[in-house]
Amino acid sequence: MTFLATAARVARKDLLVESRSREVVYTSLLFAISCMLVFAFGLVKEGRVVTDATAAILWITIAFAGTLALGRIFDRERQNETLRALLLAPASRAAIYVGKLVGVLTLLLLVEAIVVPLVMVMFGATLFRHPAFMLGILLAGSLGYAAVGTLFAAMLARSRSRAALLPVLLYPITVPVIIGGVRGTAALLQPEADLVVARAWLTMLVAFDAVFITLCLWTFEPAMTE
Amino acid sequence: MDFTSVTFSDVTRNFGRRRALSGVSFSVEAGQLAALLGANGSGKSTLLSIASTLLAATTGIVLYGTATAAAGGPALRNRIGLLGHDLYLYSELTAEENLRFFAELYGLDGVQRRVSDALRASALEDRANDPVSSFSRGMRQRLALERALLHSPRLVLLDEPFTGLDDSSAIALRARLARVRATGAIVLLTTHELEAIDTIVDAAYVLSRGRCMPLAPGAGSLRDRYRRQVQA
Repeated sequence: MTFLATAARVARKDLLVESRSREVVYTSLLFAISCMLVFAFGLVKEGRVVTDATAAILWITIAFAGTLALGRIFDRERQNETLRALLLAPASRAAIYVGKLVGVLTLLLLVEAIVVPLVMVMFGATLFRHPAFMLGILLAGSLGYAAVGTLFAAMLARSRSRAALLPVLLYPITVPVIIGGVRGTAALLQPEADLVVARAWLTMLVAFDAVFITLCLWTFEPAMTE
Repeated sequence: MDFTSVTFSDVTRNFGRRRALSGVSFSVEAGQLAALLGANGSGKSTLLSIASTLLAATTGIVLYGTATAAAGGPALRNRIGLLGHDLYLYSELTAEENLRFFAELYGLDGVQRRVSDALRASALEDRANDPVSSFSRGMRQRLALERALLHSPRLVLLDEPFTGLDDSSAIALRARLARVRATGAIVLLTTHELEAIDTIVDAAYVLSRGRCMPLAPGAGSLRDRYRRQVQA
């Protein structure tokens, strides 16, 4: 079976499981909304958002909700040790990684499809004056975050301290993604959108994605061999 | 790739400072059913994990015919079926969806036929479209066994396959294992249900504190011989 067919089957299975339980989407979404409400209470003064805070609120919310989603997706694989069954299959383990990554990314984008309009409404942010840039930054940032998160969540799936270790390992590594997402989004939110800066941060996010997906594909197999 | 024997040579496995297996050496041939016996925590599941290639030995070597796990890669994994103590099934998916997913993941031909055969063999044809979460432990166990056998593996590794089975299911499992062995498979299983395998086992090994010894021949049932050896 080809690399892409394996990845597609693993991703389709993850999405089918989620469509039955809807647990990851609902919990991540509720968590994301709770985060935004906390930020809204803390950072909105007299109906106005603290300068440049909207971009940070959006990306911190995505990062927190993403960590929750990653943990739950791999908890499922741990409950009946199905991750071991996946690893025992004669398929490329890199393809299994890509399948899991596509599943995680799809669920993260689903959450963002609700969170982004909510940020726009709650904080009065016009995020899509330049839709191609904004969609590019969201997609590239989410992909980088999900790529690193999928590797770490899979590595920690059998660890007893996984809930504590995942954010401890994930956040320092994905700081460039969060910075890139925040700075790129903030550039688009200026009264006169700074497209040069936005393009620079988008390029940085794409470069981060390329480097880290390559590293994750390379390290997934040895990392999963106990 | 294919092979007709599995050989463990001086296999040791450490978890940190704890030694789970120490100098394990034995061999099992095609068409044989071998049992790993021993108390809880004696290293049986660790040895099965090493045989399945999911866990690497700290020292020593496991040979599948003449190939190592590293040399065999995906082609070797295609010849191994593992039923763990956890059943490797997605509880949100139906029985048929579980079997179909793994059949496709293994790149098998005739997926529909294999899935139907597996459902028939597990006596779950009438529950094919029910989610696994609604199954009893015994039904899950039967389904998990057929999932592990979907690709007709040469090496069949079973960790406590009789757990949770009622008498009729245990008899059916014994007959199924005898049929699998008759196809030329190498069956290596762990169990505490010694009566269940007494009539079909070809060789037995006793693990104690990570060390492995062949079960001494002698009079009496498998359990009698096991008790004598453990108490000696």
